[in-house]
Amino acid sequence: MLNKKRNRESGEIDGSSLADIAFLLLIFFLVVTTIDVDTGIGLVLPPIPDDIEPPPVRERNLMNILVNAQGMILIDEEPASIGEVRDRIKRFVDNNGVDPDLSESPDDAIVSIKTDRRTPYNIYIDMLDEVMGAYAELRHQASMDRFGVPFTSLEQNSERHTEIRDAYPKKISIAEPDEG
Amino acid sequence: MAHFKKKQAGTKQGVPTSAMPDVVFMLLIFFMVTTVLREVELQVQVNYAAAENIEKIEQKRLVSYIYIGPERLSGNRLGETRVQIDDALIDDMGSIRTIMYDKLMEEPRLIVSLRVDEDSEFGIITDVQQELRHAGTLRINYSTRREI
Repeated sequence: MLNKKRNRESGEIDGSSLADIAFLLLIFFLVVTTIDVDTGIGLVLPPIPDDIEPPPVRERNLMNILVNAQGMILIDEEPASIGEVRDRIKRFVDNNGVDPDLSESPDDAIVSIKTDRRTPYNIYIDMLDEVMGAYAELRHQASMDRFGVPFTSLEQNSERHTEIRDAYPKKISIAEPDEG
Repeated sequence: MAHFKKKQAGTKQGVPTSAMPDVVFMLLIFFMVTTVLREVELQVQVNYAAAENIEKIEQKRLVSYIYIGPERLSGNRLGETRVQIDDALIDDMGSIRTIMYDKLMEEPRLIVSLRVDEDSEFGIITDVQQELRHAGTLRINYSTRREI
């Protein structure tokens, strides 16, 4: 009678193997995890035009960049090298009405990009990279002048960040592709 | 008098391990949260182009991928440039419109990430972009690696 009582097992679950189970799961997730942050060049496509005519843009506020089938870059009909693109855009955007051939203000400046069907993709990306680089440099400059800190150190969607972003909006237009 | 007791004698040797399960659980939860289990099986070959001025996409859940590149054939051969969305190759370009429109309805803040092989020609990308414009998915992103 008394023996029975002694043989009864304790009511609690043994917790010592918990760590082993957790380790097993941990190792599984360690193995299958891929922490790759997706990086790339962001862009917003223009919506399909309605029948309404787009508002007219003055010629001086528009910079046409064409990348043709041979991978040559033409800025406003003149051939240019890839290294020139960044400086040309910076001068064009940050003109503020000084040069009559360049933009009136950074807010008005539009960079229009046109491609051919046979344009090599990597040349297009290189060119887009230069355009983004030009805007990044302009924003960095403006941020240093106004606040004394680099633009990248400003917090996303903060007041200062928005101010700089609105001062140099990225107005990049993808031209309508040719028919056929 | 010659009765000095060693100071360590009373304390137990060894690191206490009672907190180990907690640490392990914390790591486990971290990896569970960051894990993306299902990777798409690629049927096209994609070598990313390189660029310097790139940005990160923080919200991965908003992103939908379109792969464009030469099709992988058996025996390490490469075929024509094809478009792949999720697990399927796209035969009819017009179907991209409906696929992306459905995705946009599910997630209105959708970002379409174009993962394009660097040796592609731009014509096929133009076609895809036109379809995306018709679908109304206007936020896109050209996937690139960081230029070193």
